[in-house]
Amino acid sequence: MSFVLETQGLCKSFGGIIATDNVSFKLPAGARHALIGPNGAGKTTFVNQLTGVLTPTSGRILFEGADITDWSVRRRATAGIARTFQINQLFADLSPLESVTLAINERENAASEWFRPIGSRTDIVDEACALLETLGIGDVRDARVGALPYGKQRLLEIALALAAKPKLLLLDEPAAGVPESEREQILDVVARLPDTVALVLIEHDMHLVFRFARTISVLVNGALFCEGTAEEIARDPRVRQVYLGEEDVGHG
Amino acid sequence: MSMTQPPKSDAGAQMLAGARWRWHEGLFWLAAIGLFFLFGDFIPGVPTRLMLLSEIISLGLLALSIDLVLGYAGVVTLGQGAFFGLGSYVAALMAKAGMGAFPLSDPVVGLLAAAAVSGFAGFVTSFLVLRGSDLTRLMVTLGVALILAELANQMRWLTGGADGLHGVIMGPVLGQWDFDLWGRTAYLYSLAVLFVCFWISRRIVNSPFGLSLKAIKGNALRARAIGVPVNARLVAIYTIAAAIAGVAGALLAQTTQSASPDMIAFHRSADALLILVFGGAGYLYGGLIGAGLFRVMQDVIGNITLQYWQFWLGLVLVLLVLFVRGGVIGLIEGMRDRLTRKGDAP
Repeated sequence: MSFVLETQGLCKSFGGIIATDNVSFKLPAGARHALIGPNGAGKTTFVNQLTGVLTPTSGRILFEGADITDWSVRRRATAGIARTFQINQLFADLSPLESVTLAINERENAASEWFRPIGSRTDIVDEACALLETLGIGDVRDARVGALPYGKQRLLEIALALAAKPKLLLLDEPAAGVPESEREQILDVVARLPDTVALVLIEHDMHLVFRFARTISVLVNGALFCEGTAEEIARDPRVRQVYLGEEDVGHG
Repeated sequence: MSMTQPPKSDAGAQMLAGARWRWHEGLFWLAAIGLFFLFGDFIPGVPTRLMLLSEIISLGLLALSIDLVLGYAGVVTLGQGAFFGLGSYVAALMAKAGMGAFPLSDPVVGLLAAAAVSGFAGFVTSFLVLRGSDLTRLMVTLGVALILAELANQMRWLTGGADGLHGVIMGPVLGQWDFDLWGRTAYLYSLAVLFVCFWISRRIVNSPFGLSLKAIKGNALRARAIGVPVNARLVAIYTIAAAIAGVAGALLAQTTQSASPDMIAFHRSADALLILVFGGAGYLYGGLIGAGLFRVMQDVIGNITLQYWQFWLGLVLVLLVLFVRGGVIGLIEGMRDRLTRKGDAP
């Protein structure tokens, strides 16, 4: 089986605090994987090392077999690792169309062109429009991003990540803080993502996790606590004890 | 969100339309040409003011160069005057060495040389502003400017020290038009150079490259995550802006036929930044309008109360920054939106 992503003995400490503790992890192509764990388990720290925002203290990260441990954020992004952020990281003064066009420009190496007006590559603009339509935010494509409702901003987070046509997509709590009425739209979008992209979902919400993930890793105190299929994790009494508590998780 | 949705192929056309020239831009440039006939000693009784207007153009071009780095890429700088001063010394030294003959005393050759030298200085120092917060950038750019100003002051054999360079003899523009006493050639030449630099800047900000600058300003973290080479883009725009600042400085040196420590002094950086914020950053026209208003205010208030003009300038600036987003242009946009009830400003 080929693995898109692999970490070998990944460790990260901040002073005396060990945020990532010897995590060895393999992600097969086309995976639908969830990374769960209680608050402060080190999920976001782990993701930040995968994307290059943080440098691990020790250990290696492999992407499609290549050692990317020392690669910059940008190089990883160009290689096909995309992420969304737990807290929206958008371009407030641009429109959704401009934001996505920019991301596609970067993918197509068209973004350093300084003499050509932005809209002149119609193939890129059309692709941006199509992507916004797919995510159900085509109607607000010319609005100011900063003025969009929160749910639409969350969808734009995903659109920006998808514009890069990633091979690996890391979704950091995509539905966090979204009102119930707009939640379903985000879940649908996540469920409809093509199999060519391997997904890692970092999530608190167990309904979302069990609806979407085929495999799950549980992170506790920075270390991998256990791994398995969604069913195995749901049935595992240790997981219930350490993480799920008394909460009912009876979804398949 | 009740607007009907246009077919998607229109989206490109819409974006292109955003880069199209507007009628009020045509008006602006026509007015600039009109000033030539109004103040060019053609009408009896109207004072000749073309030298002052040429100086305003040079100052406006400097503010425009700051707009590229601050208004679009979000990099604050207090050192743009250094590139301006460098450009003015390069142009003056070349013309002086050329003794009025081609090629060294040719104005356009001088401009290109100033752009090259200032651009190179910008490229080298750009690596200092890549890291750090706004405060670090302010201090680093200020430091670079102070170093260059002191070098100009100390290298007396080259720059004339505190006395500056005088007796600079410029050749005719394009071998055709000599600089005259009324400043007619100076003004039209400055205006033409301003327009060319403005046109290039306008292409830049409306290009994919310009869009990525706005993204970097908006959120550098996200820009990196979608693959924008943030540092390379900042180096590029800082270099371009330094070259334009060098052209602005060269213009002032050529039209006044001199270069002095005043042209590289710190206050020029501060004035230009103030002018840009006053006029409105992020519109390209803000620096030009700001430079005009700044000098006119200096004149008008200076005539009423010579000592306190900076007091009134400061007061206007504080009010503008506190209550209006986007300076004078922001004020005009706000009023227009209220009149047309359009809601979001474009």
